[in-house]
Amino acid sequence: MLRRFRFHPCGNYRDHYEKELTIFETDFGRLWMTIGLSVLFGLVPFLLGSYPLYIINMIGIAAIAALGLNILVGYTGLISLGHGAFFGVGAYAAAILATEWNFPILLALPAAGLITALVGIIFGLPSVRLKGLYLTIATLAGQFIIEYILLHWEGLTKGTMGIILPEAGIFGLSITGDRGYFFLIYLCLVLMTWLAVNLVRTKFGRAFIAIRDNDRAAEGMGIPVFRYKLLSFGISSFYAGLAGALFAYYMISITTEPFNLMLSVEYIAMIIIGGLGSITGTIFGAIFITGLNEALRWFTDWLINVGGITGVELTVAPLREFAFGLAIVLFILFEPKGLAELWRIIRSSFRLWPFSY
Amino acid sequence: MDFFIQLLVNGISIGFLYGLSAMGFVMIYKASSVLNFAHGELLAIGAFLFLALVTWAELPVAAAFILTLAGTFVFGFIVERLFLRPLIGEPLIEIIMLTVGLAAMFKGALLLIWGGNLYTYPDLLPEFLAWNWGVVQVPPVYVSAIFMGIVFLLLFGLFFKYSSQGIYMRSVADNQPAALSLGVHVRRVFALSWAIAALVAGISGIILGLINGINVHELSSIGLKVFPVVILGGLDSISGAIIGGIIIGLLETMTGGYLSPSLRDVIPYIALVAILLVRPYGLFGLVEIERV
Repeated sequence: MLRRFRFHPCGNYRDHYEKELTIFETDFGRLWMTIGLSVLFGLVPFLLGSYPLYIINMIGIAAIAALGLNILVGYTGLISLGHGAFFGVGAYAAAILATEWNFPILLALPAAGLITALVGIIFGLPSVRLKGLYLTIATLAGQFIIEYILLHWEGLTKGTMGIILPEAGIFGLSITGDRGYFFLIYLCLVLMTWLAVNLVRTKFGRAFIAIRDNDRAAEGMGIPVFRYKLLSFGISSFYAGLAGALFAYYMISITTEPFNLMLSVEYIAMIIIGGLGSITGTIFGAIFITGLNEALRWFTDWLINVGGITGVELTVAPLREFAFGLAIVLFILFEPKGLAELWRIIRSSFRLWPFSY
Repeated sequence: MDFFIQLLVNGISIGFLYGLSAMGFVMIYKASSVLNFAHGELLAIGAFLFLALVTWAELPVAAAFILTLAGTFVFGFIVERLFLRPLIGEPLIEIIMLTVGLAAMFKGALLLIWGGNLYTYPDLLPEFLAWNWGVVQVPPVYVSAIFMGIVFLLLFGLFFKYSSQGIYMRSVADNQPAALSLGVHVRRVFALSWAIAALVAGISGIILGLINGINVHELSSIGLKVFPVVILGGLDSISGAIIGGIIIGLLETMTGGYLSPSLRDVIPYIALVAILLVRPYGLFGLVEIERV
């Protein structure tokens, strides 16, 4: 039995708080989401080749990690510069659990997330209790300390050798190749997005937002600020850890190299470009940055093939760094609400289309 | 024992350099309570500007030095004007993210121009600066670092205590709206603080380059080492920056000498976490920690 479709009313007729909290104001939103998800899971993995699927998978992993960072930065107003290292902790936790303890992937993923949350809380504990930006400094320290531990605790992490993960399987079904991981990564992404969307409209999310907007007022309203800040940091680390674990399984072998400060800056770029405090924006940001990464790689390859600049040592890393920095700076100066705001403007101009009044 | 004394001397001299680098950082923090994550890149820009003037333009050292100082001063001004001024009045978190973006941008640009290679300056410092006391040998670079550290410590101390601009800076840092309503030119204060910070960073960049050679990665990582130094010394204390720098420098060289060379680069950050745990306002900072 089909419900009657709901359209936009021509005014604000909300008379309950529940109506303020709805995710889909009209049934069109649900319809588009259903269409989007069926295209994503029904068509994308079967039509695209291996390389586009690889990029899409990397976007999915980045989006999960960036969602966590946005809960921390965008909703709670705390900055973390160690997200890349926490991502690495998740990757190593999953790798160690899978090789040393033979954890199945379904158990290793959440376990890696929990371990990372724990590590995050250890670094967060001394700084979260203080007002101001001490967490930013502590996570910066965390970034370097974790990098050091990953590289030098050779009994556990095998140092520069890296770890090779066994093949993953769920219920006897082995997950291999880009398509297999596409389903795993995007099921995780949908689940984590659903969790994040619902988290920010519960008591917890409202407490986070209250702390971001005015921590003294939040304290005055009876929100235990320290506990909620720590919770937010834990949740954010959990997301990073889960994404890192997915990354480890997908890459099959991991070394400490990718989990540096640059990765943390990359995640910050994602949420700023996407939009602070916006779940859709986070996903846009992940698409933008991962796309930019690939585009820059193509661009440098093209420059090298064209020749003419041989002899100049042109690698992609500095160009990437420059482009990310520039993107962060430009978005903060000109569109601080990010791509999510652009998307909202585009949508609302089409909402009443073709009759603008 | 000789080894210990040599480490002690090295630690103190490196510490003075850290302190000198941290001073520019504290300058910006004192005036606008912005944590500047691009400080290491300011160091590198000063060092590379000097390199370009000395080796490519082949200017005499004194002229190159003065031009570098002028250049970094103007550069700080431009950075403030282009990137920081539009954000006056915006939430602090956005300004700090902006400095993270600026850091990535400057570092990328420097790497695109000079690459990740190690450059060295020609021998500039006269030999008579070297100190030799029996077993203890202090190379001229370290002597000039200590000398510069003391000079700037005095200059900044006097500047903040007695000059009107220094007092304006302190007032803006303390309470921006109140300073504004009392007629302090807040924008000029910000511009000046960035310009002076860039200038001091330029000087420390040159001295760091004289010691280790100039490398973008190296210099920008020293810019991040400023954080343990200022947290230890107290975020808003100029003399704390020097003393914090000396302690961190000693900690580094002692760890490098006695424990393990690889731990050397991480020990300041371990110290940082420990300090946050017991004394977050540092040794000399204003005790103004709010637990909210």
